[in-house]
Amino acid sequence: MKTSEQESIGGVNMARRSFLRYAGLGVASAGLLATAACHKDHKVIVSGGIDIGAKGDLAILNYAYALEQLEAAFYIQVITTPYSGMTSDEKALFTSIRDHEVLHREFFKAALGGNAIPALTVDFSTIDFTKKSAVLGAAKAFEDTGVKAYDGAGYLIQDAGYLTIAGKIVSVEARHAALISNMLVAGSFAADDQVDSNGLNKSATIAEVLPIANTYLKTKVSATNYSYTA
Amino acid sequence: MNLFNIIDEIEKFDPELNDRLNPRRAAIKNITSFGSKVALAAVPFAMGAMLKRAYGAAAAPTVVEVLNYALTLEYLESSFYNTGAASAGLIPAAGASYINTVKDDENQHVAFLKTAITASGGTPVTSPKFDFTAGGGTGNGPFKGLFSNYTLFLKVALAFEDTGVRAYKGQAPNLLGNKDILTAALSIHAVEARHASAIRQLLGVSPWITSTATLGNDTGVSQVNGNYDGEQNVTQGPVNVTTLPSVSGSTTSVAIATAAFDEPLSMDQVLALLVGTFIYT
Repeated sequence: MKTSEQESIGGVNMARRSFLRYAGLGVASAGLLATAACHKDHKVIVSGGIDIGAKGDLAILNYAYALEQLEAAFYIQVITTPYSGMTSDEKALFTSIRDHEVLHREFFKAALGGNAIPALTVDFSTIDFTKKSAVLGAAKAFEDTGVKAYDGAGYLIQDAGYLTIAGKIVSVEARHAALISNMLVAGSFAADDQVDSNGLNKSATIAEVLPIANTYLKTKVSATNYSYTA
Repeated sequence: MNLFNIIDEIEKFDPELNDRLNPRRAAIKNITSFGSKVALAAVPFAMGAMLKRAYGAAAAPTVVEVLNYALTLEYLESSFYNTGAASAGLIPAAGASYINTVKDDENQHVAFLKTAITASGGTPVTSPKFDFTAGGGTGNGPFKGLFSNYTLFLKVALAFEDTGVRAYKGQAPNLLGNKDILTAALSIHAVEARHASAIRQLLGVSPWITSTATLGNDTGVSQVNGNYDGEQNVTQGPVNVTTLPSVSGSTTSVAIATAAFDEPLSMDQVLALLVGTFIYT
């Protein structure tokens, strides 16, 4: 825990430092380090969370990183404590999804490097992992929300390469979402709770998605520059 | 050598060339105007370079061009499912709700894109002709009989859906920052991926594309290998994702790495996969 909090402080500070440097504020690094020490003592997570930072691609990538951390942690738990009656087919599918989400998480972590937000602490206390219906319901919520989040944030990405990678991930999330929906109700892979009357998947803003994600996070994620503070 | 005859010949095969590339025609006129200074041997080289620019890394298509391209793909899919749904005895009861949902979505995409094109100041293209056997108009292609053979029908459906996902993904950079159109395109893209997943479930293959190091296609239908070529990529941005840790160790398998990321196709790649087989004039 301590290590992850310290990592978190380092990560946030690096993002802040590069932002400040970029903004040409010329703050002495000694001052920033002092601030870091201060934050460490008082726990950065005083307010219980972190912020994805200044507007820009790093913020959007950190937003995606936060969501992938949440999804990965969820499926790790699903496989660690399988619901009663989980078939071998179901276990294989959930294992694949877990592995995809873990790789998405690791990809963003590697791509962001020192600009990455910290490892988030999850809170799945509202999910009964022993019950199939509860796990499928939560999985559907995570996947549907993930698809809507990527679709809704795509236009905010300024770099064509990052946009394409977001596209590479969101279609895999949509494949997951369709599978999970069909496991709940056969044939509901594109039902009107997720797809509108034009045949378009619904999309959601950062300010709509993060409050949902935060219900499963001890480390609350804010996006103050995108109109949402936890 | 008559450059204009060559251009005319190309236009016979690619009617869009003239529309898309009028500026290039002017450029060619410029070349001939100082042609006396250009050695005859250098002319084919100049032509090659010009065509490479025209077909390769040319100027990005406009929003209307992207939408008309999308509309063409949606015409293909909607016509395919409309024909399938109207083929008596093709679709078993268990698959009817799946196919109807997909069919309705594709028809909605056609209507939506027409509206979006008009709203963007463009004119929607008309539908080309389709040969769903991939016979280029002969009706005698490798998928002959698909409207009386459900499994064959699903295999073609899957190739269309997975290719559609790749096609929309490939256009995202051409819509960079366009809140309305990019968001709409990504939203159709996600629905195509939902369809692809569902059709895969009907066929009994994994809902995601699990490639090997050398073969992108995991459907077992070798005729569509080209539609999946590139799905075996494991390098995302600067990162070879097989070098990243997984739950089971310090690296990630090719199977997971390829399944976790879907790959795009360019407009030229998609048209090359469809024109002359599924699409003909």
